[in-house]
Amino acid sequence: MSATLEALSQNLQKHLGDRVKSLKVALGEVTIEVDAADYLVVMQTLHDEPELCFEELIDLCGVDYSVYGNVQREGRRFAAVSQLLSISRNWRLRVRCFAPDDDFPSLPSVTSVWNSVNWFEREAFDLFGIVFPGHEDLRRILTDYGFIGHPFRKDFPISGYVEMRYDPEQQRVIYQPVTIEPREITPRIVREATYGNVDNA
Amino acid sequence: MPELRNFTLNFGPQHPAAHGVLRMVLELDGEVVMRADPHIGLLHRATEKLAENKTWIQSVPYMDRLDYMSMMCNEHAYCMAIERLLNVEVPIRAQYIRVMFDEITRILNHLLWVGCHGLDVGAMTMVLYAFREREDLIDAYEAVSGARMHAAYYRPGGVYRDLPDRMAQYQESKWKSAAQIKPFNEVRSGSLLDFLDDFVSRFPKLLDEYETLLTDNRIWKQRLVNVGIVSPERALQRGFTGPMLRGSGIAWDLRKKQPYEVYDRMDFDIPVGVTGDSYDRYLVRMEEMRQSNRIVKQCIDWLRQNPGPVMSDNHKVAPPDREAMKSNMEELIHHFKLCTEGMHVPEGEVYSAVEHPKGEFGIYVISDGANKPYRLKIRPPGYVHLSAMDEMVRGHMLADVVTIIGSQDVVFGEIDR
Repeated sequence: MSATLEALSQNLQKHLGDRVKSLKVALGEVTIEVDAADYLVVMQTLHDEPELCFEELIDLCGVDYSVYGNVQREGRRFAAVSQLLSISRNWRLRVRCFAPDDDFPSLPSVTSVWNSVNWFEREAFDLFGIVFPGHEDLRRILTDYGFIGHPFRKDFPISGYVEMRYDPEQQRVIYQPVTIEPREITPRIVREATYGNVDNA
Repeated sequence: MPELRNFTLNFGPQHPAAHGVLRMVLELDGEVVMRADPHIGLLHRATEKLAENKTWIQSVPYMDRLDYMSMMCNEHAYCMAIERLLNVEVPIRAQYIRVMFDEITRILNHLLWVGCHGLDVGAMTMVLYAFREREDLIDAYEAVSGARMHAAYYRPGGVYRDLPDRMAQYQESKWKSAAQIKPFNEVRSGSLLDFLDDFVSRFPKLLDEYETLLTDNRIWKQRLVNVGIVSPERALQRGFTGPMLRGSGIAWDLRKKQPYEVYDRMDFDIPVGVTGDSYDRYLVRMEEMRQSNRIVKQCIDWLRQNPGPVMSDNHKVAPPDREAMKSNMEELIHHFKLCTEGMHVPEGEVYSAVEHPKGEFGIYVISDGANKPYRLKIRPPGYVHLSAMDEMVRGHMLADVVTIIGSQDVVFGEIDR
């Protein structure tokens, strides 16, 4: 572990203490996991504390963990993952926070900490249905006006449910159920770790 | 006295100055913008969802189509993410080629930007000159990849193939006589590196020409100076990166601060703005083109002297060459497995960012060990910049909205994904 990551991990432990549920350093990046109850406080500390000093929120995205590893998983399904960047300290951090309720995923909004998160939270709401209480303008952003469902959830088919075409009889654009057949060219495969390992045979 | 009320105006999605399919609902008090609400997503293609259903290598061409003005930089972030997860070493020559094409892409992007921005604001001529130079660089794209825009040239493990020894020549036709094509073919008589060498020696002078058209132009300055000022504090708060952040006076460049590939061996400077208005962002981007030109020159000199492989020899990631494949069983199996099932990327997650011409372009991937990504998140710089639109245009006149859209350098391929 490089000296920067070491210092960052120590500062995180020092200022967040047991609010950090797990701290992982892998591939030169630090990832922490926090509880939804602590989420807002942790983010505020990460922004304000001069020893951490994350001035910029680079990205926030929703993740649906329901079929991770090609198996239906138990436990919490939706998470919001943010990438933070400190310009003055030149380090990065990833914060993951799972939403407690799978049927109504909800996490506090951090728009008051970083204004840049505004559209990212709208996007996570649009695509995954994660609700962010405290967000002033939580509308859909990327999908069509009047779209139904949250398309990036793993149980949403890639071809969608409706398609749009011009109907010459009604002389307007109409929606109808999709007519394309679902197809998968390359199946999704997870191999065991020793697959293709000659020494193992 | 008649009742006065605010006026709501739809700007776009078919407005030529909206740089694509931006629909903006503007609330106007006379000609002053009180509120701007950008509606995006009209070009949403669910790239991230599609990538989850494709093998790792199949998504490389999708990356070209995100920011279709700086194609190779998008591929770069994606390939780098995979390489970091796999822990694959990219050959040094491939790293130089990538840096060179990243900078060519930056010049391509900024040329298009200065041309179209000029067009929006009223400087018609600029776009004609910018496209003249773009033609040469697009030819360089074509020479390495066969495609003029959507190259798919960077691959996990390196680049698709080495730089070609000869350039395509113009042919005589009923529109162009032999005498007309002669000067075009003269610069294209050598290798790609000779052609680019000729370009980088010409380009600084051409940039000076552009500056005589715009930099001290009275109309240009009246339209740009003090329009869309962003203070450094607000720029950080709004998550700005790239020229938008540097225009506000913060010297932050990933190529310097968190160098990837061989940027740490390059000699170049970072231009910074002072006031954070549209004019400063214009100056920053013009200077960036000069610096990119310097980097391209350094790469050309290195590439001339150092031949070598351009693709990793790890055949679990990169396909073997055709010749070996046709004489060797082992290579044939590798090729078959790679082209049917695709590579398997170890479980883990990574965020890889590059200094894209528009800002920080990041790819966040979660892999569960399968032959496809579990989740791919694209962090487009333009998305964040556009989200600050409301703040930037408030209190400005309607005509300034066009200036600010132009100075943000938005492209909807990446914003809508």
